[in-house]
Amino acid sequence: MNKTPLDKTLPLTEVAGKLESGMTIGIGGWGSRRKPMALVKEILRSDVTDLTVVAFGGPDVGLLARAGKIRKLVYGFVSLDSIPLDPNFTRARERGEIPETSEYDEGMFVAGLRAGANRLSFQPIRAGLGSDVMAMNPDLETVRSPYDDEEYVAVPGLRLDVSLIHLNRADAAGNGQYLGPDPYFDDLFAMAADTTILSVEQIVSTDDLTAKAPPQTLLVPRIFVNHVVEAPGGAHFTSCDPDYGRDEEFQKAYVAAAKSESDSDWTEFEERYL
Amino acid sequence: MTTQTITRADICVAAVSDAFKGSGEVLAHAVGIVPAIGVRLAKATHTPELALSDGEAFMMAEAPPLLKTAAAGGTPEAWVPFRSIFDIVASGRRHSMMGASQIDRYGNQNISSIGDWRQPKRQLIGVRGAPGNTVNHRVDYWVAKHSARIFVDRVDVASGVGNDRAVGTAARFHDLGVIVTNLAVFGYDDSGLVKVVSIHPGVAPEELQEATGFPIDAADAPLTREPTPDELKIIEAEDPKGLRFKEVH
Repeated sequence: MNKTPLDKTLPLTEVAGKLESGMTIGIGGWGSRRKPMALVKEILRSDVTDLTVVAFGGPDVGLLARAGKIRKLVYGFVSLDSIPLDPNFTRARERGEIPETSEYDEGMFVAGLRAGANRLSFQPIRAGLGSDVMAMNPDLETVRSPYDDEEYVAVPGLRLDVSLIHLNRADAAGNGQYLGPDPYFDDLFAMAADTTILSVEQIVSTDDLTAKAPPQTLLVPRIFVNHVVEAPGGAHFTSCDPDYGRDEEFQKAYVAAAKSESDSDWTEFEERYL
Repeated sequence: MTTQTITRADICVAAVSDAFKGSGEVLAHAVGIVPAIGVRLAKATHTPELALSDGEAFMMAEAPPLLKTAAAGGTPEAWVPFRSIFDIVASGRRHSMMGASQIDRYGNQNISSIGDWRQPKRQLIGVRGAPGNTVNHRVDYWVAKHSARIFVDRVDVASGVGNDRAVGTAARFHDLGVIVTNLAVFGYDDSGLVKVVSIHPGVAPEELQEATGFPIDAADAPLTREPTPDELKIIEAEDPKGLRFKEVH
């Protein structure tokens, strides 16, 4: 069949060609859950660098930090969930290898994404007041309510050049479907970005999307998706319920290699993984 | 029935349960094994209206097996994915018991990093939801291994807002409750300083002071209560594998 204007399928190998050094890249998922690892690997294999990464961080952040790809990181946490800390991320921070960070409260992070998605310059939130988040982000301003005496943190809108997200299914036009228990914030990432690259376990026909699942599972409409990549296992070793859970053994191997004093252990892991 | 030995872990679970007494119909957020059992005990005894989470995307009428999600069992009663958690936080209908890598005398809590945050000596998980929790609803803390490295004079990064920092509109919903540790239960005095509420049976006041990096007065502290036989039965049923003993020896 010929490609129609709504066929947005893109081979995995062409993903890096859509990215440039210096871009602000949003990465969907949460901790070590439904991370677009196949897309992240394409960044790792490319010479793209100097990135601003915006994510509820997991091994995506750890791998990009270890590879020296991150100039600025905007995050609420970096965790592997079943293993609390990502040693690649902690090591990069402790060695000063991430030049700039914006560490936000998780709710502030979502407020920033919502503002970005709505093309607003900020969204007010109570979270952050009184905490060192204000000191860690000296550019953060508070805003006074025009209606009463309340004061809020004005979280700046997070606008993204590109968002990378991974879902269970999509059609070729980019209508994305999640089948697990939690959508995380992947639709917001897509809406806050100029370009969204969606990878999925499987590309199916539009009819098939709702053949066995209710329409409420259609999380990301095609108007917010520019490219669809079929990447079975594309979230491995993070979870992509119900298609597969987190590969705990693999994650342990990742942590062991990242923690090792010997750089060759990491190189060996990288070669095996990438 | 044979006589059960009452362990330190069981005393901690009962103290967590007591912390949720009277919380009402709110979402209980419990980080750690002892807090997870404690909120189940609270719901099974004095606060049945408490809403429990499966730690993932559901509010549970019947909780799943300990440390498991709804996928492993139990009865979901509402869908609360991460996106609605922050709305629930902002609504105030939540009560958290969080962990802490550092806590200071005003109840400031740190889970972000140790040392200067610009280039930390030790990078931890990040502030997560602590800033938002502490300006929106009741927050308690759970410390499984009480030490002077955790109870410090000043935290390096105030993730959770302490009593001295809760000023202006941030103070409106600020509500620090208790700190339950493997040695004692703390609360706050009228000036917002951490004070001893009770000391666990078998812990000497000197031992507690030594493990706390700021001055406390435990000389006249009452003993933390022991769980009742009925409570012990519930605790055992919720944690048949004894996971609580891995957290508290």
